[in-house]
Amino acid sequence: MKIRIKFSKEGDMKFIGHIDIMRYFQKVMRLADVDIRYSEGFSPHQIMSFASPLGVGMESRGEYVDIEVLSTDSSQEMMRRMNAAMVEGMSVLSYKRLPDQAANAMSIVAAADYRVRFRDGYEPENFDAFVEWIPSFLDLASIYMMKKTKKDEKEIDIRPLIYDFHAEGHELVMKIAAGSAANLKPDVVMRAYMKEQGLTLPDFALAVTRTEVYGTRKTGEKTEVIPLEAFGEDIE
Amino acid sequence: MRKLALSDEILLSIQQPARYLGNEMNVVKKDVDQVDIRFAMCFPDVYEIGMSHLGMQILYAMFNRREDVYCERVFSPWADLDQVKREKHIRLFALESQDPIRSFDFLGFTIQYEMCYTNILQVLDLSDIPLHAEDRKENDPIVIGGGPCTYNPEPLAPFFDLFYIGEGETQYDALFDLYKQNHLNGGNRWSFLEEAAKLPGIYCPMFYDVMYREDGTIARFAPNTPGIPETVTKELLVDMKDAPYIEKPIVPFLKVTQDRVVLEIQRGCIRGCRFCQAGNIYRPLRERPLEELKKYAYQMLKNSGHEEISLSSLSSSDYTKLKELLDFLLEEFHGKGINVSLPSLRIDAFSLDVMSRVQDVKKSSLTFAPEAGSQRMRDVINKGLTEEVILKGASDAFHGGWNRVKLYFMLGLPTETVEDMEGIAELSEKIAELYYDEIPKEQRNGKVQVVASSSFFVPKPFTPFQWARMNTKDEFLQKAWLVKDKFRQMKNFKSLKYNYHEADLSVLEGVLARGDRRVAAVVEEAYHKGAMFDSWGEFFHNEIWIQAFQDCGVDLEFYTTRERSLDEIFPWDFIDCGVTKDFLKREWKQAMKEAVTPNCRQSCSGCGARRFGGGVCYENSN
Repeated sequence: MKIRIKFSKEGDMKFIGHIDIMRYFQKVMRLADVDIRYSEGFSPHQIMSFASPLGVGMESRGEYVDIEVLSTDSSQEMMRRMNAAMVEGMSVLSYKRLPDQAANAMSIVAAADYRVRFRDGYEPENFDAFVEWIPSFLDLASIYMMKKTKKDEKEIDIRPLIYDFHAEGHELVMKIAAGSAANLKPDVVMRAYMKEQGLTLPDFALAVTRTEVYGTRKTGEKTEVIPLEAFGEDIE
Repeated sequence: MRKLALSDEILLSIQQPARYLGNEMNVVKKDVDQVDIRFAMCFPDVYEIGMSHLGMQILYAMFNRREDVYCERVFSPWADLDQVKREKHIRLFALESQDPIRSFDFLGFTIQYEMCYTNILQVLDLSDIPLHAEDRKENDPIVIGGGPCTYNPEPLAPFFDLFYIGEGETQYDALFDLYKQNHLNGGNRWSFLEEAAKLPGIYCPMFYDVMYREDGTIARFAPNTPGIPETVTKELLVDMKDAPYIEKPIVPFLKVTQDRVVLEIQRGCIRGCRFCQAGNIYRPLRERPLEELKKYAYQMLKNSGHEEISLSSLSSSDYTKLKELLDFLLEEFHGKGINVSLPSLRIDAFSLDVMSRVQDVKKSSLTFAPEAGSQRMRDVINKGLTEEVILKGASDAFHGGWNRVKLYFMLGLPTETVEDMEGIAELSEKIAELYYDEIPKEQRNGKVQVVASSSFFVPKPFTPFQWARMNTKDEFLQKAWLVKDKFRQMKNFKSLKYNYHEADLSVLEGVLARGDRRVAAVVEEAYHKGAMFDSWGEFFHNEIWIQAFQDCGVDLEFYTTRERSLDEIFPWDFIDCGVTKDFLKREWKQAMKEAVTPNCRQSCSGCGARRFGGGVCYENSN
């Protein structure tokens, strides 16, 4: 049976890289007695796949990992057991059963929410004036930015990949494209926004938190983009 | 919440920030205001190496069981952070609390290999603690060293306040109690050291003076303060039953070298190989009870979430209940998401059977450690492994489906001849031929692959070879080339591969292993010239060391190639490691006669370790 787990990765855990988080989750499965399915062969591995790797330095309250289990207790009980095994900064937020035919999270990722703030000493002097220009930025027909590919750099239009961008207090909130088809990083949006204002973004200026990852669901004619956890249901 | 010692900017601009966070699963957290003693335990190498060390985790658990002690960890900052720390003057901190080491009561180093000595100075330096014990003030931590290298602590003598000689389980409680009592009595650093130096197993270098003869050898080594003992006897945990162990191993996020639950099944060794320091200094062999090991296996797997368990000892095949232990581990854990990783076992029907159950035969290789190429040479080193046994093991393995063999040898052993060296290639060839002779073509799983590696022999203190002349770098390399050349002449040379180790490093290891106090100046000079992480090929610069020897006026060859007389006083002679100097002399003479000595279970050879009153010496004498 397929299970989708939503978790957070905050505080000091933001320095732990994606591969180490994968290995950590394998241990959590054993610590929490999750009846996870193993592959066959001499060195069996757990059936587990992550939705979207989070860059080192970023925090998140909306990470996802899919697993397959042979049996399970209720969502509440499984969350309790896993959270008992978690270190500070990591917690399981939901544990949902997916339909058997559900595609894995990684293949359906379409968008992600981010909250961005400037670290101490990096915020533009007049923040209100700084964010006032957002509507004009979103009115631009196209925004070209250099993007590094495996071989070289190329210019791409990021405007169609920005679905929402606004300020809340001293944070900038954005919903942007994610996944294998088109992927945009929040710092690229910030750099583009500042570039249009003649500003440059220094290294380490931003503290970024991912708050949700969305997937595309097609039912008949209808296509909707919904949080990954909405693909599953709680187990009573 | 705890504030990290390093800023986000620094952590995000260096490799593997996870090395410096101290937020792993099962770390011990204590209120620093509620403890009397803060102990920083350091493995002076990078995190991934240090976190793989079992002894450090045993002591960490043991110290922290005391409510009045908080033991935290510290490792060498990698070169990238080292540079940042020097530029920005950031003091080295302990991982758990992120507090500067300088504010601790103790800074303890576990000293596992000679090539980490410059990293000890790095840690002191970055902590802002004076490098020399004599320059430390009342508020500086007490710097204490332990581990195998402290069986000759002299090349490090000026840098340490104390050394703990032997197994850590026995005297630390007394040392901590003494430290607290000294405070209550209004004592100072000096009064503590003076009392500590009288505890069993504790050596305080500043209370001893060395006088040298004109030829550079030691004339006299003696205490300079009344009440300080002339001899320091190693500490030993006589009975491993109910000995403290690890219940909740710290589980690193990073992939460390030893990324698994490790069961220490026994300490010491019965074999008596004459080149081996561990086999002598950890005598007598003492086993942990099977039932305790089973309990620890469950507990540690349950508390760590590790997916693998393995065994640790000097010679696992000698554990009397090995079969029961392996059967238990395989039955309980194998195929249930836990891998049982086997230690290197003597190759025989039993071990091959166990291996075929847990490994993919086609993908794994078998390891033999003949250590020397000829029977004559193996008799000299007392390695009780005959060619017949090796070939029988290889034959069984080939019939079992294996076709990859690894062989370990040493070059530069005492009395070594051209025939002994050529024997390395010849034995490798015989194993390859055996495969083609015994395994019919249709049953072969491709070609046989024999990989032979040789390291260069470094004479170590407290071994029968402590009197041996060490080879020069050129001698080492000529020997390696001779062996390589012999390999090229072998019929099956395409199935054979030969590797040899770095020679510069071995020579330096030789100086540090048998060095005296005068070598300390060279270590310090090399450090000031930039030597660090010497055991890492990319950081090792031999020319720095050679220059340091010249600048300090210390003759490297005095410590390596010089012939030592049987009555020479060695820098480490003031330590009593259980095995007597008389026994070592007898063994040295036996070696010259190519005579083998039986192992401890065959008969007692009177090495001296029996007086500790436990272990294999009393196995059959209830």
